[in-house]
Amino acid sequence: MIAFLTYKGILVLVIFIITLAVAAYSTYAERKVAAFLQDRIGPDRAGPFGLLQPLADGAKFFFKEEIIPNVSNKVLFVLGPCIAMLTALMAGVVIPWGNTVFLGGKEYALQIADLNIGILYVFGVVSIGVYGIMIGGWSSNNKFSLLGAIRASAQMISYEIAMGLSIIALILMTGTLSLREITLQQAGGIGSHWNFWNVVYQPLGFIIFLVCAFAECNRTPFDLPECETELVGGYHTEYSSMKLGLYLFSEYINMFISSAVISTLYFGGFNFPFMNNVGLSHNWITVLGSAFFFGKVVFFIFFFMWIRWTIPRFRYDQLMNLGWKILLPLAIFNIALTGLVSLLFSR
Amino acid sequence: MLTNRSKVVVKKEMNFWERIYLPAILGGIIITIKHLFRRKATVRYPETKRYISDIWRGEHVLKRDEHGAERCTACGLCAVACPAEAITMTAAERKKGEEGLYREEKYASVYEINMLRCIFCGLCEEACPKEAIFLTNRIVTTDYDRESFIYGKDKLVEPVDNRIDVTVRQTQAVQEFKQHKSFSHNR
Repeated sequence: MIAFLTYKGILVLVIFIITLAVAAYSTYAERKVAAFLQDRIGPDRAGPFGLLQPLADGAKFFFKEEIIPNVSNKVLFVLGPCIAMLTALMAGVVIPWGNTVFLGGKEYALQIADLNIGILYVFGVVSIGVYGIMIGGWSSNNKFSLLGAIRASAQMISYEIAMGLSIIALILMTGTLSLREITLQQAGGIGSHWNFWNVVYQPLGFIIFLVCAFAECNRTPFDLPECETELVGGYHTEYSSMKLGLYLFSEYINMFISSAVISTLYFGGFNFPFMNNVGLSHNWITVLGSAFFFGKVVFFIFFFMWIRWTIPRFRYDQLMNLGWKILLPLAIFNIALTGLVSLLFSR
Repeated sequence: MLTNRSKVVVKKEMNFWERIYLPAILGGIIITIKHLFRRKATVRYPETKRYISDIWRGEHVLKRDEHGAERCTACGLCAVACPAEAITMTAAERKKGEEGLYREEKYASVYEINMLRCIFCGLCEEACPKEAIFLTNRIVTTDYDRESFIYGKDKLVEPVDNRIDVTVRQTQAVQEFKQHKSFSHNR
């Protein structure tokens, strides 16, 4: 029991640190990717290639003056960023970061908790995340914050429906809600059983999920809750110092987590091609698999940024149109199609 | 139709592939990924400096003559010519014994250029009848407060032992042009 608790404790700590590090370096990567896509160089003054830029940014946030508006609801004002950060971090619990490792004859899973309702848990936590934004915008007692918060929460709630429905089609196919089992079902892949990743069987579901993930993370082309180029900054207008930092940080963590969820659900998680043919021991396969998993996650984070610096944002009515009139029927159609196909071919 | 580039606006209905956006987005991300590998346009400033022309109009200099006396006679023509009204001066009379310091009987005791107002057009240089003020290819350095951008004689007048070369800007053609000041002034 003690060994189990220490193992889980260490794993929680490691994943917490990795999440924060990835989020911190996402801010750096965002600026670098933006710069490179625009034929610029980006931050390169702090450390070699500007690698210490996230530290400098973080330190800057701590040195900024902390302003809590007089007319704000102070308890909720402080609570807002806490909830945003907490829910963002909590979603990482059910993600299978790797297969199992054998240490001293015992098997350890590289996953904090293998809930049998893993996907539902992720959705539950993500929808609590809306509260962080809504509370932050509401308690600021500022019109622009409130408008931004309403936009953000309306958008997130609308797209959660299409997202959930796109997942239902996947669950129909896999027959489980556990992220670990979904990953293990995609094992093998090219080279052994010709067992493909879910994206091959669910291309439409993947596209719907991807679009909804962009909307959930408030990323371009759905970043109109913030739209830093035309509004004052959306729900975190009144926030300053590290509270603002927490909000921005939680967004990057959300991006990291949704990239991880996309990789797990549709891109085989920690599985990689020829994994049964390389002839390594189980532990090494696991290590390599985790590396591949992080590679996939990094690619999707890059993809998020790539899209951001490619296309302009939607208008609000277009956003709602896309969510309710296009993605939602498409997702329902996808469910019907999946049901039909699995009935006819029974995979 | 001067450039032959005008396009007639066609408001036709988008077809299916245009309406689902995805092909267009794919085209867009291909364009942006190409830029990822392009040569970067950034100049890392303090380490590398962009080439600036030899006749670049930068920070002014108040010249001295060959004996080291200030050429400026505080006539005020530069201040009048200045479209940004950046130049102010106070005239004073040369005392006995100051012949080595000031070339003319009248000189500028205060001569200030507000570098934040200055647009570096070079009209002061053109207006000067005494060949006293010139723009050089030096860049006005940055600073933190506005007061320090008001350059006085301490910064403008060239040091006796460290003359500033303005011959690059004063080409043969310019010298020739300056022989006939009426050309530019009376227009």
